[in-house]
Amino acid sequence: MIDLAPLWITLRLAGTTALILLVLATPLAWWLARSRNRFSTFIEAVVALPLVLPPTVLGYYLLVALAPQGVLGSGWHWLTGGRLAFTFMGLVIGSVVYSLPFAVQPLQTAFEGVGSGPLQAAATLRAGPLDRFIHVVLPLARRGFLSALVLSFAHTVGEFGVVLMIGGNIPGVTQVLSVAIYDHVEALDYHTANVYSIGLLAFAFAVMWLLYTLNRRHARWQP
Amino acid sequence: MNHARLRTILISLIVLPGLFSWVSARAGDIDVAVAANFTSTIQTVAKRFETETGNRVSLSFGSTGKLYAQIVHGAPYDIFLAADKRRPRLLEANGEAVAGSRFTYARGRLALWQPGAKTAKPGRATLEQADFAHLAIANPKTAPYGLAAQQTLQHLGLWKQLEPRLVYGENIAQTYQFVASGNAPLGFVALSQVMTTHSPKTSYWVIPENLHAPIEQQAVLLKRANHNATAAAFLNYLKTSTEARRIIEAAGYSLP
Repeated sequence: MIDLAPLWITLRLAGTTALILLVLATPLAWWLARSRNRFSTFIEAVVALPLVLPPTVLGYYLLVALAPQGVLGSGWHWLTGGRLAFTFMGLVIGSVVYSLPFAVQPLQTAFEGVGSGPLQAAATLRAGPLDRFIHVVLPLARRGFLSALVLSFAHTVGEFGVVLMIGGNIPGVTQVLSVAIYDHVEALDYHTANVYSIGLLAFAFAVMWLLYTLNRRHARWQP
Repeated sequence: MNHARLRTILISLIVLPGLFSWVSARAGDIDVAVAANFTSTIQTVAKRFETETGNRVSLSFGSTGKLYAQIVHGAPYDIFLAADKRRPRLLEANGEAVAGSRFTYARGRLALWQPGAKTAKPGRATLEQADFAHLAIANPKTAPYGLAAQQTLQHLGLWKQLEPRLVYGENIAQTYQFVASGNAPLGFVALSQVMTTHSPKTSYWVIPENLHAPIEQQAVLLKRANHNATAAAFLNYLKTSTEARRIIEAAGYSLP
C-alpha cells in the first residue's frame, strides 16, 4: 500500500527550507562576495562544512542542540513552550543547516559575476543601495537565485542522515520519503521501497534537467 | 634490470599477497557477523573462546537487516548472530545457512528507561500518568525491541493512548540515543544498554517477560562453514559453556 504522507511532508519540508534559505543566504552570500578578509574566509569555510561532513555528524550535533537543555532547544522552549526534536520545525532547522551551502554558493558566484561596474554606474545615476540591489543586482544574478532555490529544494528532498537522526520517524509528522524508503527496505518490503525510489529518482532527474534547461535559456538571453 | 629479474619481481608481487591471505586464513580462524546490540557481550565471549582454544575469531558488526543483505550477496562470514529469529530462519529456508544449526543464543530484555527520574523508579504508573511529551521506542516494523515495546504497551492497554507521543528510533541504538540526548524523557530500550552504561537501578524498569513475545536472538551456521570445525566449536561454546552463558546473562539478556 502506497501512503502519500511521506511525499507531502518531503515537499513541504523542501519548500519551506528553500524559501528560508533564500532569505538567509542572500545577505550572507552578498557579504561573502563583497568582502575579502580573514573573517569572511572563516565564515565561508563554516558555510561549506555541510558539504564535507557526514550527515550523521550534523544530525548528532543537531540532536544535542535541539534537546530541551540544548542551545537551540532551550531557546525555542523559552520562546514557544514547545520542543524541537521530532517536530516538523526541528526538521526545518536541520535542513536549513544541511542545505545552506547549496543556497549560498550559487548566489555568491552570481554576485561576484555582477562585479562592481554596473553598481558604480547605477550609483552615479543616484540610485540608493536598495534600489541598486533590486534593479541592478537581482536581474543580473537571477540565474544564481534560480540555482540556489532549485538546488536547496532538491538537496532537501534527498536528505536522509539528518532527518533520520533528529526526526524520530513519526508517520505523518516527520517521516520523509528517504526515511520511509529505508524503513521499507529494512522491513524487506522491497516493492514499496521500489515505488518510492523510482518516484524520487524521476523527480531528481526532472529537477536537474529543468535546472540545466533554464540555465541554458537564461544564458542565451544574457550575452 | 634484466628481463628475468623483472619478471620474478612481478610474479612475486602477484603471488605473495595471495600467499599471505592464505596464511592468515588458517583453519582456526572464523569470521562472525554480529548484530550491533550484542557487540560488547560477544567481544568478551570471543576473547574467552580464543584463550581457551587458541583459535581466532574476527567479528563484524552491523544491523541485522544490513548483515542479512550482505550475507545474501555473498559476504564471507562463517556464523551469523542476528538480533531476531526472522533473518536466520530466512537464511536457513533459502539454503544460505546449514539446516538445523539455528538456535536462540540470548533473549533480549526490554527496559523502560527514564534517566531524569527524580522521584520513584519508573513503572506502569509512569506510563499511565503520561506527563511526558515523547516516549521513544524502536520501530516496531523493523526492530524486535520495538515490536516488544508495542506489545508491552498493548498488553498494558496503553497503546492507543500513548501512540500520538511515540517517536521511533530506526533501531534500538537510535532509540537509546533519543533518550540519552534528553530529547525524549523516557523510552523502551534494551536492558543490556542501560546495564553497560551504568544507569542507576532506580532509573529503569525491567519489563516482565510475560508482557511481550520473547525477543529471540538466533545464531546460524552459514553455508560456507558447513564443515568448519572451529565455527561449530564456537557455536557450541556459545550454546553450552557456563562461562559464555554467565557473560550473556550478566550483560542483561536472559537465556533460553
